[in-house]
Amino acid sequence: MSETKKTKELRERKEEFRTTVDGFVVNRVYTSADLEELNQEGIGLPGEYPFTRHIMPSGYRSRLWTMRQYAGFGTVEETNERYKYLYEQGQTGFSVAFHLPTQEGYDSDHPLATGEVGKCGVAVDSFEDMERLWLGIPLAEVSTSMTINATAPIMLALYIAAAEKQGADVSQLRGTVQNDILKEYIARNTYIFGPTPSMRLVTDICAYCAQNMPNWNSISISGYHMREAGATAAQEAGFTIANGVAYVQAMIDRGMEVDSFAPRFSFFFAAYTNLLEEVAKFRALRRIWARIMKERFGAKNPRSMMLRFHVQTDGFTLTEQQPLNNVVRVTLQALAAVLGGCQSLHTNSFDEALALPTEEAVQVALRTQQIIAHESGTADTVDPLGGAYYIEWLTSQIENKALEYIDEIDRMGGALKAIERGYIQKEISYSAYNYQRAVDSGGQVVVGVNQFVTQDEPEPEILEIGVETERKQVERLKRLKRERNNQRVNEVLGRVRDVARSSQNIMPVLVEAVKAYATVGEISDALRDVFGEYREPNIL
Amino acid sequence: MAHNRKIRVLIAKPGLDGHDRGAKVVARGLRDAGMEVIYLGLRLTPEQIAEAAIQEDVDVVGVDCLSGAHMALFPKTVQLIRGRGGKDILVIGGGIIPKKDIPKLKEAGIAQIFGPGTPIDEISNFIKANLASREK
Repeated sequence: MSETKKTKELRERKEEFRTTVDGFVVNRVYTSADLEELNQEGIGLPGEYPFTRHIMPSGYRSRLWTMRQYAGFGTVEETNERYKYLYEQGQTGFSVAFHLPTQEGYDSDHPLATGEVGKCGVAVDSFEDMERLWLGIPLAEVSTSMTINATAPIMLALYIAAAEKQGADVSQLRGTVQNDILKEYIARNTYIFGPTPSMRLVTDICAYCAQNMPNWNSISISGYHMREAGATAAQEAGFTIANGVAYVQAMIDRGMEVDSFAPRFSFFFAAYTNLLEEVAKFRALRRIWARIMKERFGAKNPRSMMLRFHVQTDGFTLTEQQPLNNVVRVTLQALAAVLGGCQSLHTNSFDEALALPTEEAVQVALRTQQIIAHESGTADTVDPLGGAYYIEWLTSQIENKALEYIDEIDRMGGALKAIERGYIQKEISYSAYNYQRAVDSGGQVVVGVNQFVTQDEPEPEILEIGVETERKQVERLKRLKRERNNQRVNEVLGRVRDVARSSQNIMPVLVEAVKAYATVGEISDALRDVFGEYREPNIL
Repeated sequence: MAHNRKIRVLIAKPGLDGHDRGAKVVARGLRDAGMEVIYLGLRLTPEQIAEAAIQEDVDVVGVDCLSGAHMALFPKTVQLIRGRGGKDILVIGGGIIPKKDIPKLKEAGIAQIFGPGTPIDEISNFIKANLASREK
């Protein structure tokens, strides 16, 4: 009561303040009283369990985060050029965007690939394409992240084959394969097979990497796409960790010991414009994961408990209207990622609500990170916001809410069951709808969209991928299919089917298949023969 | 369109694009605006969408694409709908569509493009006004 009265006297500009639509109600001020209920052990020091403040004791004082811009478009030659450009601009790691046909297991000459070739990423159909993608870039020396899920085993096999051909030692390769199929059913939608065979492929990769590629992150458990689909910060945290629990359990069910694989599990999150909520989210996520790994799964190696994560600034928040404003949004989001202690970061380009980014926009995005790193001072002390009343309170709020979601999913029998029931999808779609209504009603202000609107904006320059790309790629593929040893291809595809039917690890036969120049579409078809295809349930 | 029935809308995603947040939000919004909405899902060919539009006897088809494949997919969808007898079906589009493509899409028979940031009311009002003017 008295609080309401006080609020009235203070003439606040809103009746209620929230972090974001469906987010947390924010009080006028936070004091040490809000921290009293908090467990001091939960805050602790950087580099110490439960790692709320950072996984490493010296944070960015030892090493800055990896500036890793996700890129790929057109043919492998065009993308190879962009990679070399980024490398010269000081980028320290690569992140490959594959076009949709590659992600969904179709060759560029498939009818469903019409219009999609080279659009959302680079067209890779074969070993030949993968080799050309890395021309002049020594794979033994760089670190590469591949955003690939349903066809992850095939693309990892292609990367291994390309590295071997360059003379690299596979055990030395550094990088990440996204390999997170569960969130595909929830949000990203580039699944091919159903959940059960897909989980087998996921764990095949994790087991293969644990044995052969000790410096490779075998999975990147992703909240990003769920956030993009509409999840709140707490939902992103809860659902991602629930998926992580499912993967750890699946590996243990395969007979693997937790510390043998968990240190190579990595994560991927979004950063929204609400800076303080995002910082709190990253801190909460580190604490939740550490405790689950130690208490639930009995991990002994601290590295198994450390939540290492990549961040991408959130594409959904970019506006088509007044696109230069997006530079500011991306800056706030990137700052949240840095204050939250990310290990690597992609900053979006300001023109991405219009089309694929231009070179100029990509450069501004990278420069944003460099300015934060070298001019802002935020990377000079570890967890600079730690101990702030509001931040610590909000960290606990997000943790508690996320744990509620995780408990609910546990009660349903785990993430796979929750997805099959459509629970996670429904929760996200509810949040997405509420957000849209809040924007439509003006309750949530989006600058340049529902307030501070300008008329007659000029159309900025955009990047276009012509039909020429598709023609060139299809021609190249046809030539390859003519010139290779087709008998050998058929023989190896037969063995891919055999291994798929068995319980053997799929990876070795896939490396053989890609070396024989079997294409991504052909190998996917062989797996479709055995596993069938998934259809999305109607949950609208 | 008969007066005694609700406006029937089919929402579908042609091509391989998986970004379905917008399509689902619009589907739900049009339903809340009193329309009957069929959400057909994603990874569909223009043929499948045209077939469903005729089968379901809809008044409106909304297609959505964020992957950049809209020029290959939207006009073809309209063409197939018209070819199968859906002469009066209103076809609208959404997604990441560069402004300079819009005149070409309109020429191909897509009545309107609704980009990011469009309020749902704007879409439902457009549909109602468009269908009402046809009755006259």
